[in-house]
Amino acid sequence: MRLAKAEHFVRFDSGNRGSLAVEETRNLIKYRELIMQLIRRDVVSRYKRSFLGVAWTMLNPLGTMLILTLVFSNLFHSVNSYPIFILSGLIGWNFFSQATIAALSQNVWGGSLLHKVYLPRTAFTVSAIGTGVVNLLLSLIPLFIIMVILGQPFRIFVLFLPVSIILLTIFSLGIGLLVSTLALYFPDVVDMYHIGLTAWMYLTPIIYPSEIIPEVYRRWVLAFNPMYYLVEMIRQPIYEGRIPSGEMLGISIGISIAALIIGWLVFTWKANEFTYRT
Amino acid sequence: MNSPIVHDHERLAMITHSPIAIHLEDISVRYRKPEVEIRSFKEFTIQYFQRRIRMQDFWALRNINLDIYRGETFGVIGRNGAGKTTLLKVISRVIAPTKGRMIVEGEVAPLLECGAGFQAEMTGRENILLYGSLLGHSHQQIKEHIPEILDFAQLDGFIDAPLRMYSSGMIARLGFAVATSWKPQILILDEILAVGDEAFKKKCKARIDGFRAEGATILLVTHDMDLILKKCDRAALLEGGSIVDQGDVHQVVKRYRSVIELSETTQR
Repeated sequence: MRLAKAEHFVRFDSGNRGSLAVEETRNLIKYRELIMQLIRRDVVSRYKRSFLGVAWTMLNPLGTMLILTLVFSNLFHSVNSYPIFILSGLIGWNFFSQATIAALSQNVWGGSLLHKVYLPRTAFTVSAIGTGVVNLLLSLIPLFIIMVILGQPFRIFVLFLPVSIILLTIFSLGIGLLVSTLALYFPDVVDMYHIGLTAWMYLTPIIYPSEIIPEVYRRWVLAFNPMYYLVEMIRQPIYEGRIPSGEMLGISIGISIAALIIGWLVFTWKANEFTYRT
Repeated sequence: MNSPIVHDHERLAMITHSPIAIHLEDISVRYRKPEVEIRSFKEFTIQYFQRRIRMQDFWALRNINLDIYRGETFGVIGRNGAGKTTLLKVISRVIAPTKGRMIVEGEVAPLLECGAGFQAEMTGRENILLYGSLLGHSHQQIKEHIPEILDFAQLDGFIDAPLRMYSSGMIARLGFAVATSWKPQILILDEILAVGDEAFKKKCKARIDGFRAEGATILLVTHDMDLILKKCDRAALLEGGSIVDQGDVHQVVKRYRSVIELSETTQR
């Protein structure tokens, strides 16, 4: 029998694991190719058998915008170029809601795989959010086309968008991990989350300008809504052509990172349950 | 039968002087199920306030103590529901033990049930990339192995067709080819050789023999006692979540057969 020469054996000791959150991070980096493949699979298999293919991602927000413009442009005539106002708010919100819902259902799909092979438990959540980012970037294309058609000026501040998108991604990942952990215990969290998202959307100034909220409540409705800041971070460089204020940037960074840390800790703390349940 | 010599004392002596690859110390696994299944948050709140939630404990493994040496082929036998699969899941880190300590030295490569993780809409080539990454390999590593995988799986030009057009035999071959394309340090085989035709089985066995000769640690779960006797250096018998016997394969298989006979006579 030839024993392997100078082979490296990684040691795993269940009695000496250290922090679960750190271990998960290390494993996720090791499995980064899996994340890329899962994103690829999601993007490819979603469009492979449909006639319009990737165009759906771009047409979806355009359709919503068209309807909302038809219905509301008279109501909100104070808002200049209402289509761009809606679209610039909607792409951020759509990303958040679709990606977190996908994270929930991905963990259900991944659940069966997690029973058979060791994988970093966060892999399915991370890849769901990653797929969302791809779709978000694709939905920027029709937005820019509409801007050209309607003669909305492009300011240099559009270059600020990557920062906004990164922060929104971090926030969505944190929330995605949190709701996935909850859904592990109660399957109807999925339904509750859908209802919650609808309410949350109407509480966020996406299809209406924040000025229409009665002055008395406005501060409260906005100040405690993380999505208000994150949606504004995307809307301001596009629609208003300016960089968000330092205060807004600071708050956005704070809530995104806090959401990710809490989500990551809770998820990795409960991750072992994934294979004990379902 | 051209398998290696049944009783290779030399090999066994060498293995028991090797370092320990898998060390299990008082490993227990408890599944906890509410007596009445709670499907929703609403139900949970109602039942919680009525203090009606009672949990039912089920110990799938009880105080397992086991050492498996590097380079050893170890058989795990027992009746259905004895805890074999749970034991393999603990070792491959799919589930964390409720109690006890486990030390594993080396990468554990599980052989997935044929086709698990495959995507019907994606081509064979895309599935190789997905499956390879599921096993933790990098893009580059997977690409380098594609020719060898195709050679083993013999897909006859179907490689760029979507997987839904494959026969089940082709899917099984592809799955095995990807999973065993890398020499594993610790290989877990759970009833994997139960599928496929004779020619394919022969090929799979030859490949596993190769790993065995190269010093990989192999854990084999099967109901095929001939396979255990032929391939394993040592074995353990599980019964009701505990190890009732371990060591020499002949002795353990004999014990297993008597357990089976006993249960058959009591049933009559």
